[in-house]
Amino acid sequence: MKLPLLLVLLLLAGAAGAQETVGTPVDTTAAVVDTIPPAPVSDVTARDHISNNDGGDRIEVHWALSPDDGGEETGDVTGYLVMRSTEPDAPADTAGVAGAGETMYLDRDAVPGQTYYYHVAATDGVNLSEFVTSPSVRGVRSFFQPSRAAVLVLTLLFFGLVITFTNLAQRGTDLFVRRIPGLNAIEEAVGRATEMGRPVLYVPGIGEIDNIMTIASLSILSHVARITARYETPLIVPTARAVVMSAAEEVVKEAYAQEGQIDRYNPDNIRYLSDAQFAFAGAVNGIMLREKPSANLYLGAFWAESLLLAETGFEAGAIQVAGTAMVSQLPFFVTACDYTLLGEELYAASAYLSKEPKLLGSLKGSDYMKVISIALMLSGLILRIAGYEAFSNWFRTG
Amino acid sequence: MRREVPIAITFLVGMFMIVDFFVPHAYVSASAEELKQWGTIIIAASILLGIGNLLRVHSKKIARKEEGWGYSIVLLAIMAVMLWFGLWPGETLGPNEMVGTVEEGSYFNWMFLNMQVPLQATMFSLLAFFIASAAYRAFRLRSAEASLLLIAAIIVMLGRVPLGQALTQNLPEKAQLPWLTEVIMEYPNMAAFRGILMGAALGVMAMGLRIILGIERSYLGGEK
Repeated sequence: MKLPLLLVLLLLAGAAGAQETVGTPVDTTAAVVDTIPPAPVSDVTARDHISNNDGGDRIEVHWALSPDDGGEETGDVTGYLVMRSTEPDAPADTAGVAGAGETMYLDRDAVPGQTYYYHVAATDGVNLSEFVTSPSVRGVRSFFQPSRAAVLVLTLLFFGLVITFTNLAQRGTDLFVRRIPGLNAIEEAVGRATEMGRPVLYVPGIGEIDNIMTIASLSILSHVARITARYETPLIVPTARAVVMSAAEEVVKEAYAQEGQIDRYNPDNIRYLSDAQFAFAGAVNGIMLREKPSANLYLGAFWAESLLLAETGFEAGAIQVAGTAMVSQLPFFVTACDYTLLGEELYAASAYLSKEPKLLGSLKGSDYMKVISIALMLSGLILRIAGYEAFSNWFRTG
Repeated sequence: MRREVPIAITFLVGMFMIVDFFVPHAYVSASAEELKQWGTIIIAASILLGIGNLLRVHSKKIARKEEGWGYSIVLLAIMAVMLWFGLWPGETLGPNEMVGTVEEGSYFNWMFLNMQVPLQATMFSLLAFFIASAAYRAFRLRSAEASLLLIAAIIVMLGRVPLGQALTQNLPEKAQLPWLTEVIMEYPNMAAFRGILMGAALGVMAMGLRIILGIERSYLGGEK
């Protein structure tokens, strides 16, 4: 009997020990009830929240933390109660709650045009502080996004420069444009293909038609097609998007017509291959190895397939000119191609090739905007170092 | 008229999208969203043009028995099979076997996951070998720039692997390969990256403006 009794006592002792280490010690005195509310918040403000698709139904409420809010540390405050009324003293409805340490609540349920007053109180989970009321506020459907004011000013400045230089160019002002070796090489590459009796391969990237790089590429394709039409050299255009194929057909056909070579236009050379990135790359590589073009032009939006194409073209012995604004793909093209158009050169190519004054004017506008951008960046940097942050903050969009 | 109408549409839609960027009003945003959805639907519907082009080009190839015409047969046959399983009216054959849908468990989905995805992965994996051969050519000491590229590449590649860390762990921190790697990536590399990116951004804006104003029209086919 002694052994079982000892075991029972040991188990009870263990259980009691566990109770002491795991559980909360039992308070035998009467529980102390917290009846002291936290200190109230201060500086309660409310303003119309402007966002995209602004329906005037969102209002931001801001306040300064209660002195009893520990913020990151543990404090007495467990959260904030935000109430809303249409009159300063009218009964209020609950708008929502915010956690401890938070100084903003976004009311997503306001009636557009209705005047509101917001009342904010701190809570410790049991008691509420006094409510502090904001000035009146109304949610309206906004017609301007103030955070984008800097972008608007710079955009208007840029557009002004482009239009000014375009007009100057139209009046006959001689505009100097630096030489771009990659673009000069295009005609040379087509000439080489003509001599060898082999086709020219033009890949407009795998971007959709709404990608500006694809549009730029189609503009260059127009010039390339005119050269191939003039030299009577076959031009193969594989595409990864059906709309791009359709646009490329139109561009090439028109270029051949302008050169008086419409009978040489072969619609079967403008090919839709596949929307799938690597299926497209595989198919283009197949064209390179089977039809052996002697000039490969890669101009447009490219992703990981860039090196698959360029390296296969190199192995096939073709002269290669590439151009993209996809910065991550530029090293691959620079390594594997004879000439590469870097970033903006792709967008400048059409103007450069056509030598049309209006287009050259827009290039000049871009160059002057670049100078202004550099000057603004340097000014912002110097002012920030000197402790003036207002200037650089004005350019923030978020 | 053939050229003026598309240019007019481009101008109106382009200007409206610029306005949408600056005007948050719900009516403007909703209209812009509607326009974007139209674009998406038009682009999706254009797949029929692609299928038509594929059929035309490859049927001719087979008919003329041009070089590689066997591949054209394979392509058209596989396209027909995928279309059949994707479009055939739905019919459940078992708990997880659906015909005529593209849902998980359907034949179409099974073929996509077990045929197309591995083939694409194979193509992607070829990049490793292409990178090696391209790097070999790029890093050959032919010029001052190539030498600079080679030195930077060696530091960065070694600095990103445990071996590089182990090689220089006893040196002062600022002589260790990982630290040098970070310096190269954060300063000269990032500066060049941002320079190109900013130039490209301005290029996009200029190009966009040229298109919206109808100055650039060669993408419509010719300039006249």
